[in-house]
Amino acid sequence: MPIITYREALNQALREEMARDDRVFLMGEEVAAYNGAYKVSKGLLEEFGEMRVVDTPITELGFAGVGVGAAMVGLRPIIEFMTWNFALLAIDQIVNAAAKMLYMSGGQYPMPMVFRGPNGAALQLSAQHSQAFESWLAHIPGLKVVTPGTPYDAKGLLKAAIRDDNPVIVLEGEMLYNTKGEVPEGDYIVPIGKADLKREGDHCSIITSGKMVLVAMTAADQLAKEGIRVDVVDLRTVRPMDVEAITTSVRKTNRAVVLEEGWELAGIGAQVVDYIQRDCFDDLDAPVIRVHQADVPMPYAKAIEKAAKPDLAKTIAAVKKVMYIR
Amino acid sequence: MAAKKKTDGKQLPGDATLRRELLQSMLLQRRFEEKVGEAYALGKIGGFCHLYIGQEAVSTGVLSMLRPDDYVITTYRDHGQALARGMSPRSIMAELFGRVDGCSRGKGGSMHLFDRSLNFLGGHGIVGGHVPIAAGVGFAIKYRGGDQVIACFMGESVVNTGAFHEALNMAALWKLPCLFIIENNRYGMGTSVERAAAIKDLSRRADAYDGMHGEYVDGQDVFAVRESMERSLETARRESKPVLLEIRTYRYMGHSMSDAVSGTYRTKAELDEYLKRDPINLLKARMLEAGDFTEADYAVIDQEIKTVCQDAWDFADASPEPALEALYEDILVDTTS
Ligand SMILES: Cc1ncc(C[n+]2csc(CCOP(=O)(O)OP(=O)(O)O)c2C)c(N)n1
Ligand SMILES: [Mg+2]
Repeated sequence: MPIITYREALNQALREEMARDDRVFLMGEEVAAYNGAYKVSKGLLEEFGEMRVVDTPITELGFAGVGVGAAMVGLRPIIEFMTWNFALLAIDQIVNAAAKMLYMSGGQYPMPMVFRGPNGAALQLSAQHSQAFESWLAHIPGLKVVTPGTPYDAKGLLKAAIRDDNPVIVLEGEMLYNTKGEVPEGDYIVPIGKADLKREGDHCSIITSGKMVLVAMTAADQLAKEGIRVDVVDLRTVRPMDVEAITTSVRKTNRAVVLEEGWELAGIGAQVVDYIQRDCFDDLDAPVIRVHQADVPMPYAKAIEKAAKPDLAKTIAAVKKVMYIR
Repeated sequence: MAAKKKTDGKQLPGDATLRRELLQSMLLQRRFEEKVGEAYALGKIGGFCHLYIGQEAVSTGVLSMLRPDDYVITTYRDHGQALARGMSPRSIMAELFGRVDGCSRGKGGSMHLFDRSLNFLGGHGIVGGHVPIAAGVGFAIKYRGGDQVIACFMGESVVNTGAFHEALNMAALWKLPCLFIIENNRYGMGTSVERAAAIKDLSRRADAYDGMHGEYVDGQDVFAVRESMERSLETARRESKPVLLEIRTYRYMGHSMSDAVSGTYRTKAELDEYLKRDPINLLKARMLEAGDFTEADYAVIDQEIKTVCQDAWDFADASPEPALEALYEDILVDTTS
């Protein structure tokens, strides 16, 4: 199987889906002539022309709304945000319009559209450019939210998102774009709402998604050297969440660490822990531990930025703690 | 020819049949909303409910000029446009009553009337939020190479939002067939336009975008609205360019059902002044003068319309509430099958 980057995997998904369905178009800042701020849309303008690969002014609220309107009358827009931090200016269109249209019209207006872009922190971009919004978006009924952590999942989930008749949020990662993995050529999809057991082990579960999958996998490798076998449950979709995959794993391992990029309060992990206490209360051998960003805006200086982020060392420490290993 | 013109309405535009249709459209909105007021007082309608009384020449003037395949989008103050677009009074009243036969199956209420079969893209509740959506519909029309237009109604407060600017900028930049229609009824809740917009002549907002035409129109005169629409459609449909119309009107009722008609932010004297130019009375008087009908004919039309409105009420009253299962329906399109 070819090994390509996460960026190339997304590019393939866009290209294949645009070729497959001429109602699909890509719109956002710098997506066309510039080839994408992160080069995800490289070559698409040449191939599909300026009506289908559309550069916008810096007008997030406006072009998100353009996507909503186009979806209402039968097109299938892909709205790219340069990063999700900027999508806050468009939150009205995502939350009040896209997520509500089908319901408040009594089923008359589906919203077959995608909002996508990089989410979470990169390196030293400080407070306004380093935020993970999974829990904000997952909170909203009427949306689906996917968080691919590998090139394979990136291509398969983006293709599924484009074909879905609902508004789907695709949270990518700037730090993931250059990561590599096996990706089949041609058509396949990863179903939305299905988690993936990325590593099997019976001592402890790490439940995670998105950018943190890599951290969890590395942690699993290192722990294996010490004889600790972990299950890595990659949620892949955070709305709707694959509760069964979580509980199946925890019933097997009896211990869980929940790892996420965002903040603690009302985070994705809080919901995962709730599912666990509800369905696996008697299976637990230890309290569940969460690993997440420190409860602070992201700082700039290297050492304190590192201290703010969830990382490998914190994940390994958490696994050892739930296993009562000192 | 000259003789025909004389019997067929002194210099009034259109023919007698068309004029009668315009009058009926406006009168239907008026009588329907009078019923809505009654039903609200009885507790049959709940939530926010914004009446359109006084503005009927705007909806009728604009929508009587559109084709069935054109698109319409509006705000929460949407009963008038829904009726003028031809939505059934029964389905609208049932929606207001929160019943399953409502146009949005009882899920939307007064502020969210939708009818896909008439390209009526809804009433929207976030001030300014639907204007970019209208630009998106314009984009889709252009994408598909059609010659439809979208009429986007909005209150005058919308010109102060960022969404308005963002939408108009893209519409002008990309030459989208959008009619942006400001219904300037002088107030956004209790804030007069003078206290909110740093510009007097709202249609001049069009000057901020190269090539966008803007004009203001007397919104109490249905013929003036239609005439302006005729020009605007030429621009939007033939040249695929957006137009900004400021249609000056007035609402005769409070902002919503909980707001007094006058006394706080506007005086009774001001209201009385505007009542002198009631759009329905103006049209009726001109039609009487032109010999389109007599007072007795008008009374018959009025009675017929009142019957339609009572029928809508009875229909709504008899329609069941949505079943509890409906709570979880239409959140997402089912993609599992
Ligand atoms: C973004 C937003 N802010 C505030 C409100 C509350 N609100 C509803 S209607 C309204 C006044 C709008 O006035 P205008 O645009 O002139 O329309 P009109 O009600 O006169 O038809 C306000 C402040 C809202 N719905 N949306
Ligand atoms: Mg107003």
